[in-house]
Amino acid sequence: MRHTLSKLLGPISAVLVILTIWLGLFVTPPDVDQGELVRLVYIHPALAVEALYASVGMAALCSALYLWPRTRSMRMDRLAASAIEVGVVFNILTLVTGSIWGRPTWGVWWTWDARLTSTALLLVLSLGYLALRRVPAEPHVRARRCAIAAIVAAVNVPIIHFSVVWWQTLHQGCTAICPGLTYKIHGSMGWTLLLSFVAFTTCFAWMVVSRYRIDVLRDSGHDGALDDALEARRSEGVPS
Amino acid sequence: MASAIHLRSAVALTGRFPVLAGVDLDLDEGSVLVVLGANGAGKTSLLRLLAGLLALQSGTGEILGCDLSSHSRHVRRRVGLLGHDVGLYDELRPLENLTFALRAGRLDPALAAPALERTGITGRVAETPLGQLSAGQRRRVGLALLIARRPRLWLLDEPHASLDAPTRELVGELVEEAARAGATVVATSHEPELSVPMADLVATMAGGMIARMDLGGRQVFEGGD
Amino acid sequence: MLRDALLVAGRDLRIEARSKVALWQVVPFSVLAMILFTFALGPNPAALTVSAPGFFWIALLFASILATQRSLSIEGSQATRESTRLLGLDPAGVFLGKVGALVAELVVIETILVGGTVLLYHVAFRNWLLLVASCALAAIGLASASVLYGSLAGGDRVRSTLLPILVLPVVAPVLIAGSRAFVAAIGSSGDGGRWVAVLAVFAIVYSVLGIVLYGPMEEI
Repeated sequence: MRHTLSKLLGPISAVLVILTIWLGLFVTPPDVDQGELVRLVYIHPALAVEALYASVGMAALCSALYLWPRTRSMRMDRLAASAIEVGVVFNILTLVTGSIWGRPTWGVWWTWDARLTSTALLLVLSLGYLALRRVPAEPHVRARRCAIAAIVAAVNVPIIHFSVVWWQTLHQGCTAICPGLTYKIHGSMGWTLLLSFVAFTTCFAWMVVSRYRIDVLRDSGHDGALDDALEARRSEGVPS
Repeated sequence: MASAIHLRSAVALTGRFPVLAGVDLDLDEGSVLVVLGANGAGKTSLLRLLAGLLALQSGTGEILGCDLSSHSRHVRRRVGLLGHDVGLYDELRPLENLTFALRAGRLDPALAAPALERTGITGRVAETPLGQLSAGQRRRVGLALLIARRPRLWLLDEPHASLDAPTRELVGELVEEAARAGATVVATSHEPELSVPMADLVATMAGGMIARMDLGGRQVFEGGD
Repeated sequence: MLRDALLVAGRDLRIEARSKVALWQVVPFSVLAMILFTFALGPNPAALTVSAPGFFWIALLFASILATQRSLSIEGSQATRESTRLLGLDPAGVFLGKVGALVAELVVIETILVGGTVLLYHVAFRNWLLLVASCALAAIGLASASVLYGSLAGGDRVRSTLLPILVLPVVAPVLIAGSRAFVAAIGSSGDGGRWVAVLAVFAIVYSVLGIVLYGPMEEI
């Protein structure tokens, strides 16, 4: 059942993303103020949510579960690493789409707006996590270090979340759902935006599962290698 | 007699290499075990496993009543390890190093000076930062730390290395005293002529396992089986 | 925990007093950085005064990385790390002790940098209490984050390049809040209290994280 679900994730996410793009490009109307540029709203916020919250949140949760003795397993470590790695991809796409939207809107490709800056910082934090992951160490030592790094990085997320409020910058305020639950985007645009969140969340999940499977396959090769290594080691003691 | 060490099929890895490939070992408290073997046989790794510094990949291990897998911190508090590198602070003097270690272990810092005197670390040597001492002098400071801490399990990695003749004799005396006081001693060695006479049991390691077990000189001397 | 923290802090400070690495290497580096910033910007007094907050905090960040490297190199060798682990110290106490010693060194560096800012960048402070509070809290936050990440980064060889990548993004809020508090202390803005609060939150969060997470790091 689990295997079937994960096999279907790829096609489902592909369909949803294509549907989102089709609706965003051809069905929804242009915005009164932003014109055609508004179509980026069907990609950028969803990417940002996955990069900032889903990726780091999942990594932090799995890392906490790894550090907790009762739930400690390499599965949690692999999931955390997969979430961060996929999150890096989404983060880069967030910054790129943000820049594409920012150029005609603000007149510059990049500005030191608090949310953009914090997103870039999170990207660097994630890259630091991946750099830490590549430091030679025993698997459990590496897993423990990375788990701690992920949890500490997750502390940065609330700072990002409140950055718009704290620093009152160029970045847009809430786009669709605002405090007080007043909706700012209506009709087909609103539904397409909602669909984009579902589509990119599914896409994120599929990429994490795929990345996780690669790690499992690689480590199972190592497990088999352990038995061979033990046999070779023991034979060192046998007189020739 | 209570069990000090109980290992069954103990496997430990460094990276992905099995430094220990299934060690079986039972040792009572108050016993002295000397471990012989070629370079790379796993002697030092065995000591590190017993000290709770190397993770048990598979198998079971109990050291001084504490499970190695789940209570490695408790194991570490009860053992004393003298390695090739004594692992103290180069900028501090011998007395300062020992005082720090004793305070950390909630022991009386006044034990430091007599222990250093016992190992011949006195006068000018005692006032010299550790980093400026010779390898033999550093080892004697490491021995002094063991004397002062009096752990229940002594782990000595080639204890005679870098030591002059009088200090080598001292090692034998200290091991004997520790065993009589109820401590357990495990020592690796490349010098069987020095180490076997002080042992109850002699294990020979090869390929990350204990290949054979013999009686040591201490048992023979005392007329053991 | 506190007992072990005092023991470890005393050890680290005694070692620093003997080796004087912070005094003869880190402090000169900080001063040199301030001078180099002047060369980069040009000898325009007005521009230097405006840029002073940023220069101060960047110099302090780089100095804190060096000081952290030095602090962690005290247990640089595997043998020393293992020997320390065998002593039975409370990991949270070890963390607090190393942070405490590092804070003491950073406070000295900050004092010298403030002097440099006044002399080299012609800055006049109006609110010394705000300056002292922000520097003290920043030192705690920087030390906590640096010691925590530094212990993650492994041995000396890898840590020298990995530590800046790990720590500098994390302490960016310290840079932002510190420089804003600096501006307020000069009297150029009135929201110093908010930025001191940010520094306080950062210091508390990373101190607590270190106390909680240092133990799991020690486990094999």
